[in-house]
Amino acid sequence: MILAEHDGKKLNNVVFNAIGAAEIFGGSIDLLIIGKGVDELARLASKIDGVDKIIKFDAPHLEHPLAEDAANIISEIGQDYRVILAPHTWFSRNILPRVAALLDVSMISDVLKITGDNTYIRSTYAGNVHATIKSDEPIQVFTVHSSKFKAVGLNGGDALIVDSKAPEPLNLSRWEKERKIESDRPPLINAKVVISGGRSLGSAEKFNEVLSPLADNLGAAIGATRAAVDAGYAPNEIQVGQTGVVVAPELYIAIGVSGANQHIYGMKDSRVVVAINNDPDATIFQFADYGLVADLFEAVPEMATLVSKT
Amino acid sequence: MKILVAIKRVQDYNIKVQPKSDGSDVDIEGVKMGVNPFDENAIEEAIRLKEKGVVSEIVGVSIGSSLNQDVLRQGLAMGVDKAILVETDKVLQPLAIAKLIKKVVEKEKPDLILFGKLALDSDAGQTGQMLAGLLNCSQGTFASSVEIKGTEVFITREIDGGTESIVTKLPVVLTADLRLNEPRFVKLPDLMMARKKSIETIKADDLGVDVSSKLKTINVSEPPQRKEGIKVKDIKELLQKLNDIEGIKI
Repeated sequence: MILAEHDGKKLNNVVFNAIGAAEIFGGSIDLLIIGKGVDELARLASKIDGVDKIIKFDAPHLEHPLAEDAANIISEIGQDYRVILAPHTWFSRNILPRVAALLDVSMISDVLKITGDNTYIRSTYAGNVHATIKSDEPIQVFTVHSSKFKAVGLNGGDALIVDSKAPEPLNLSRWEKERKIESDRPPLINAKVVISGGRSLGSAEKFNEVLSPLADNLGAAIGATRAAVDAGYAPNEIQVGQTGVVVAPELYIAIGVSGANQHIYGMKDSRVVVAINNDPDATIFQFADYGLVADLFEAVPEMATLVSKT
Repeated sequence: MKILVAIKRVQDYNIKVQPKSDGSDVDIEGVKMGVNPFDENAIEEAIRLKEKGVVSEIVGVSIGSSLNQDVLRQGLAMGVDKAILVETDKVLQPLAIAKLIKKVVEKEKPDLILFGKLALDSDAGQTGQMLAGLLNCSQGTFASSVEIKGTEVFITREIDGGTESIVTKLPVVLTADLRLNEPRFVKLPDLMMARKKSIETIKADDLGVDVSSKLKTINVSEPPQRKEGIKVKDIKELLQKLNDIEGIKI
């Protein structure tokens, strides 16, 4: 069973990668959709390749699923499953550990690779160590590092939609509101190109002034290092790293980034990494496919101009 | 109102930990250890709630060997009132930790239980949610602000692409994001005072919890390295390489 993350209309893209991971186990695959007014979403999801059943819990109090209610549902039906997984997002990270505790099984977070026979590789110590773990739990509960698994397609499927009656709300918590950052740029988590700025940019004004034209011309999302966020140059929502968002775009451009451990953790799965920094000894160059030692205040505007011409 | 704060002893965040050459475990001999950074945020928040007068007592708990006394003393120096060490030499999984802390919760009866949102070593981020599940109580994870009004706790949570506000009932398990606060520096005199305070020690084996794990670490290794990159001389060369070698059309 896979816990689906969605906004009521659309599944989060990473769910398709989680389904890809589930296929490795070779059993039948059920997708769990918890929400309010999700008939249309369930119908769309039933077309996903490889999914046998859509299990739908549709109720007013599930519009913004609280961990307590979601875990209650999943642990109840989860008894009958051999594997329960989800993408490693803040949504699932809130819910799945609670599910595992209710089922009295251990959980494995952020799996990079499934090597069969309930054996997993995951990274620990801020990505400096890879551990191979074998689980003898009767129910395997884990989250997957989405970019490491191939996404399934959305055309050939014909899954059965099963409507389940949601239990009464537990009323342990209530949802008040959410605030998403408004932006014309693509969301950081699934952007094809990400440009990240570090503390070398010097101020919030410079951060915007230097990075925005390049981001606009490339159709890229903007990220920041923790140092830049702590210095007040950029909002926390765009922090890339162990304590922020983990990204894996086609192209990652690190600008004025020194390359702290915790930042590397958040971007090292990017396909191509470019670093621009005036310090030739900056750690970031060890992780970059292409390094340019240059003054970023000159190089970045030049790049923005050249990109807009092509 | 009483708060329980869980404190984990982990490697310093600046240190790059490496696997032992036989791949059996990580090599942390001689590595500088301290309070998990997110747990420092949890301790700081507890102290701030006490300073506001909402909380009367802060109990710190750590699970591990006698070496963990140093992180408990760090907590005492920051302003924790009472420290409990659940002593064990075993390496425990989050589920076992949550079960042990549940026993401490049953004895101490806190209204609020604070964790860091994840630990720098295992990077699992499970224990707080697991404890909330075992206690069947509310949870507020990845909290960047916490306010107590009567019997309700108003929490701002860091989520993908923004924040979310929820209100939970007491008792509640909270996990702290780095954004929650800026932990105070410990002054040397406070650390000296904390050295004199007693730490209540409970043997984990005496708590009657099955801490055996069905997860076995088979080996640890260094992650595969990225292939070595090249330096380019200017932006023109960079764009050309991206286009010619990587097939990135920009």
